[in-house]
Amino acid sequence: MKYIDEYRNGEAVKALAEKLRRAMSHESRVTTLMEVCGTHTMAIARFGIKELLPKNIRLLSGPGCPVCVTPNGYIDHAIALSRRDGTIIATFGDMVRVPGSTASLEKEKADGRDIRIVYSPLDAIQMARENPAKEIIFLSIGFETTIPAIAAAILMAKKEGLKNLTFLTANKVVPPALETLLQGDLKLNGFILPGHVSTIIGGKAYIPIVEKYRIPCSVAGFEPTDIIGAILDLVEQGLSGSPRLSVQYSRAVTMNGNKKAQDVINEVFEPVDAEWRGIGAIPSSGLKLRSSFEGFDAAVKFDVDIEETKEGKGCICGLILQGLKDPPDCPLFGKACSPETPVGACMVSSEGTCAAWYKYED
Amino acid sequence: MQNQGTEVLRHRDTVSLAHGSGGRLTHDLVRDLFAKYFNNEYLSTLSDSAEIKLSALDILFTTDSYVVKPLKFPGGDIGKLAVCGTINDLAVMGARPAYISCSLIIEEGLELTVLKDIIGSMSKTADEAGVMIITGDTKVVEKGAADRLFINTAGIGLKIGSAVLGMGRIEAGDKILINGCVGDHGMAVMAAREGLGLSSNIKSDCSPLHKLIEAILQTASDERQVVKFMRDPTRGGLATTLCEIAESTGYDIEIDEKAVPISDSVKGISEVLGIDPLYSANEGKVVVVVSPDAADSVLKKMRFNPLGKNAQIIGAIKKGHGRVHLKTVIGTSRRITMLTSSQLPRIC
Repeated sequence: MKYIDEYRNGEAVKALAEKLRRAMSHESRVTTLMEVCGTHTMAIARFGIKELLPKNIRLLSGPGCPVCVTPNGYIDHAIALSRRDGTIIATFGDMVRVPGSTASLEKEKADGRDIRIVYSPLDAIQMARENPAKEIIFLSIGFETTIPAIAAAILMAKKEGLKNLTFLTANKVVPPALETLLQGDLKLNGFILPGHVSTIIGGKAYIPIVEKYRIPCSVAGFEPTDIIGAILDLVEQGLSGSPRLSVQYSRAVTMNGNKKAQDVINEVFEPVDAEWRGIGAIPSSGLKLRSSFEGFDAAVKFDVDIEETKEGKGCICGLILQGLKDPPDCPLFGKACSPETPVGACMVSSEGTCAAWYKYED
Repeated sequence: MQNQGTEVLRHRDTVSLAHGSGGRLTHDLVRDLFAKYFNNEYLSTLSDSAEIKLSALDILFTTDSYVVKPLKFPGGDIGKLAVCGTINDLAVMGARPAYISCSLIIEEGLELTVLKDIIGSMSKTADEAGVMIITGDTKVVEKGAADRLFINTAGIGLKIGSAVLGMGRIEAGDKILINGCVGDHGMAVMAAREGLGLSSNIKSDCSPLHKLIEAILQTASDERQVVKFMRDPTRGGLATTLCEIAESTGYDIEIDEKAVPISDSVKGISEVLGIDPLYSANEGKVVVVVSPDAADSVLKKMRFNPLGKNAQIIGAIKKGHGRVHLKTVIGTSRRITMLTSSQLPRIC
């Protein structure tokens, strides 16, 4: 079993697509489904999934890209910190090109600030060990997939007694965002739930949402058969009138999730209200460091002047992140806003909706 | 005439890493700055080598600089790369590579054993390829002023026969071939550089292609020159080379994803990292555009050579608007566009 080719088998995909077509053939209304994971956004575009769907299924992209939902103010804060003498900023690569109010980490790096791309928060620990005279600040963004590794790194740093490593946190959790979307103007008939987040939190995390809002939900993998299989599952749930939480991605996701990862997150972080770019504040949707780890909080340790937050003029990333508009609806898309000259995060992040449209759509 | 206020200068004040990635920003920099200032008939073709005439001899001349990190990686090192890269830039333009120069910029503190290994590698690669390194230069700079070692090689060679190779010869209906699996070099170097701790057998495909290419050029069909154009898909990968061809010619390109050879190891690691092998660098691959009726015989020629045993016909040139389309493994269609900057591993 190679775990790639089997799930990209053309015949299997065709068969699922045909089943879907038949299931939707008597439906006069449009079924609107939303995925909330940047990797799903990319996979759907990369495999041309929309081409296989019947015309009465509409696929929307939600706020599933952790970089895209990070507010401008966070980038401005990171830039201000990078300008401190003796500071090394350690960041995931995607954050580097995101425009802040007037600058970006990439521009600051070119201007001589010490900004280094890392692949894991453990790299930041190594950096702190190797540069005892410098302050290392890790830009801690990401959803539940990424948070356990960050929490583990903080625990490791505390155990080692590292005094020159802090984290600028803007981590977020997915389920509260789903509730906010369901409470808004969007009429959704189902969620394609994030595969990797769910390996951590488990299918059970979504059951309260299914029960409260009676919305079909399916945790999906990232290959074509996974995605179309999950869409078919959601359609069948809708047609039968019995919404439930199903796990399509059963080869990686369980109902209980990864308890050790959940424990490590709870040990280090606690819920806090968080600002989602373009959506606004969502209660208990963010994570902040517990008081016993305050020494690792860059926002507490360092007092810097942060410029006034300004959003890119004309940028409608917020509406796109909520699935209310598509990238071509944005007057800047492909003109003032492109991967070379991004105005909003949705264009520059490798999992951004606008980046996916720009790269893959015909 | 010198031009000011070029496009690429309008948006930015400083050079960024993205300008060196081989993607869109690199192309903009070359087009809007270098080609504008170095404006002449030789440079303006922006080919892999410049074709000049000296006393009735058709000579190809090229140069390239090598800054790869780490200096040694599975399948090669910066020295082997520096020789093969310049050989290949000459070969894809239809030249038999003959002589190479070697300029070194060495950072103070580089271990002499490392330098010896790299020079030894260059010597071995050149000997096996039948080229000579005949001139060179060495500079040593203070610690911090260079990243261990930079190498520049320039090369010259004589044109083989009367092959006319260039994008101008490409026509609708032409087929596109590649000599083997893509993405190996980029993946091998990234895994080695970042110490990603992935156990795999991925090795750089770094190889001199001139003998394979000479065999391809000898595929004749009623004296017609069936090979129209060749390019080695280095930085930016196969996808970038295809975009360059489409944008320059105005033709569309259609690629069959099923036909593009990618090794299982590269496929697996690329999914874990979120890196697309189509955009990953190759250092032992050549994209060949040929007349449709000669595609099968060129393919056969390629497969006869050890560096072409996994060769495939991967697509075709169509009338269109300068776009590249991919027929995916599941039968749908999507665009291939030029990347802006280097790919980075996924966050989640």
